[in-house]
Parts: sequence; structure tokens; C-alpha cells
Amino acid sequence: MAATATADAPARGPMTPVPYRVVSRAPETADTWTLLLEPLAEPVVPAPGQFNMLYAFGVGEVPISTSAAPDQSGILVHTIRDVGAVSHALVGSRPETVIGVRGPYGTAWPLEEARGRDLVIVAGGIGLAPLRPAVYHALEHREDFASVCVMVGARTPQELLFVRELEDWRGRFDVDLDVTVDSARGDWHGRVGVVTQLVPRAPFDPATAVAFVCGPELMMTFSARALIGRGMPKESVYVSMERNMRCGLGHCGHCQLGPTLICRDGPVYRFDEMERLMEVREL
Amino acid sequence: MRTIDELVAESPAFDGLTNEQLELIAGCARNVGFEAGERMFREGDPADTFYLVRKGRVGLSTHAPARGSIVIETLDPGEIVGWSWIFPPYVWHFDARAVDDVRAVAFDGACLRGKCETDHALGYELMRRFAGVMIDRLLHTRLRLLDLYGRDGDS
Repeated sequence: MAATATADAPARGPMTPVPYRVVSRAPETADTWTLLLEPLAEPVVPAPGQFNMLYAFGVGEVPISTSAAPDQSGILVHTIRDVGAVSHALVGSRPETVIGVRGPYGTAWPLEEARGRDLVIVAGGIGLAPLRPAVYHALEHREDFASVCVMVGARTPQELLFVRELEDWRGRFDVDLDVTVDSARGDWHGRVGVVTQLVPRAPFDPATAVAFVCGPELMMTFSARALIGRGMPKESVYVSMERNMRCGLGHCGHCQLGPTLICRDGPVYRFDEMERLMEVREL
Repeated sequence: MRTIDELVAESPAFDGLTNEQLELIAGCARNVGFEAGERMFREGDPADTFYLVRKGRVGLSTHAPARGSIVIETLDPGEIVGWSWIFPPYVWHFDARAVDDVRAVAFDGACLRGKCETDHALGYELMRRFAGVMIDRLLHTRLRLLDLYGRDGDS
């Protein structure tokens, strides 16, 4: 009797990557690329906000959040900024290159908690990438939410991610999108200012809204303060933390922040759980 | 159509002022409009006006050699454009240009300065409000100096 493939195949260990083939790579900005990855074995299926460990063979592994939910064929979408040796190898991966994927890891954006409430999304720089799946989800299940406000900040117009999507969202009547940049040339017709300036004018009810904030830690801190200053309870504000994640399993301790391991207990945390740790200078 | 008196009284910028003070301020005000791209004032020129934006967006900018016009802040409806009229040497520090068609209430700064000199209570209130505008702008500038969107660890 022929054994089934499942019975014959050794169980995949938690550190064993799934091979994925690069389907395409598209530039978002001068240093940021989006890769579409096709599974060559059983796919990993991340939820919005979760991350995968992406392995450039022979170079190393880095944690990268998904920037879109996988489609039915299991295609993964990762948007990667070229900031180091591994990310440089990943963004340089041509179609047909095989890379390794472990995951999904970590906590997801609490979209269920936001059901029936105003959803506020605040993104800074590359932080829009981990939030984009949450925006997609909100748009696909628009009736599940009251208002949907998306606020995006970047250094310059040239550093804005997903410009086509931003235009699409701006054209919708059921989403309030506001975009701002730190500075711009004279041909820019949008806002110039910091993303926190968008919070006071955004159309949401602070008493009942749920906010997802993602970007560099400083940006999240000041954005969370602006949201709380508007009247939101701290318990309704979520942030996505980033630390030096290595194993993704909570074993190695590289991503420890005080009593928590970001890869296992995060990256998405309630702000009131993270605020005190973010203020500790020694961490 | 709303009168100048009503527009001034309804603006949060003048919230809390007495009716008499509001009348004094409205007496120095007029409605103005700028077409998209039109310059509202120019860096280095005398600052004898400030604006309360009613409609449209205003860009504050400066000219950088070989880089052209750099927009450093935009201001939207409800916001004040210009505080240089209240502090010596009363000259604009930046250019202001209508990003799109702008409707605004323009206030004669020289007229208001004169009223503030004779009515110190009004002067205090206006100084307090414009100090608030300046503090907001300073905080936003400092946040930008922090490079909020830079990678954690970037210098």
C-alpha cells in the first residue's frame, strides 16, 4: 500500500522555512519594493498585522509584516525597505528566485474588536505596509465598521507608499483618507505637516473608536498621544512594535522588551500595555 | 451669506472674546479670495495682514536655490495664516500661496496693532491667541526635526 505523502513527509520543524518563488518585484519608492511570493509547499497564511521570517538563502533572515492578505493561491505580499544586507538581498530578488518563509508569527490587528465601531488607522512611513491588510479588510467588510479613517504621513511625496491605493481610497465615499508629508516641492497639492496634525480634524468618535497605529516608535508615541488627547481611551489604541526578531518563536530572546517578547506577544499591542515600556530609556 | 462679524465670532481663533472685542477685530477685517497658485504674500515683504482660512488650502513656502519652491507647511480652513504682523519687524518669514482656490478673512494687522496699543486687554487676548498658534507651529516643527518616519536607529 502506498503511503500518503503526508505520512511519508517529515513534519516541518518550526525553524524550517517553506520555499517560495518570487513572482514579481515592484518598486514602491527609491528604497522600498513589494515582492509577490508563490508557495512551493504548504503555504503560510498570515492575518493582518502578523509577520513572517523571510530568508534570503546564504545571507540571512529578517522579520517582515505582510502588506496584503494572501490570495486563494497562497501568494504572499511583502513590502520591504532596503536597509541592511538581508533586506537588500530580498528586494534584489528577481522573479524565479526562491526564498524561505517561516511564519506566520505574532499577534494580528484586532479587527474583530473594531466591529461596529469607528476604525482609525494612522500610518507613518513604511508603517503603512503592515496596516494595508487591515485597510483592505475594512474596505472588503465595510458594513462591519462605522467610519473608517486612514491617516498617512511620510517625509516627502516621493516616499509615500502605495500611491495608487491611496488614490483609490481617496476616491471612495466610505473612507476618509488624509495624507501629509514633512516637506514638498511647490507642485505638491496635498498637506504639508506631521501626521499628528491630522488627528484633531479626522471624523471619528473618540469615545468609541479603535485605532491601529504603525510606524517608527517615535511616530507611534506621538500619534497615540494625539489620539488620546482627542479623547480616545488608551485601551482602544493599538501599536505595532519592532525589535530585533530572530527566531520568531519566543525562544531566543533577541526581541525581549522588558517582560514581553515582541515576536511572541506582539508585534501588535494595546498602547496601555506598551506605553510604560516605550518610555523606559534603558530598553 | 455670512457677515464678517459672524465669521469672526464663529471662529475658534477668537473664542472667548467679548462682543466689544469681536467688533473691534471685525472692524479690521474683510473677505478676500485667491485663485489656485496665486501668491498671498512674499517672504521679506511687510507683514501687515493675517488671514483666517475659510475655504481651500494655503501653502507656506520658501525658495531654495537649485531646488525651487519648498512647501514647509499647509494651512486649512479654520486655521490662521500669519503671525508676523504682531511681532517686530513685521515682515513675512515665508511666502504664502493658495494651493487651490482660497476664500479667507483678511485682517489688517496695522489697524489691529493700533487697537491693541490703546486697548491692552484686547492686545493681551490677541497676543495669547497668536502665541498659541506659534506654539502649535513650533511643536509641529520640532516633531518634523525628530524625523518621525525615519527608521528606528537612524541618526
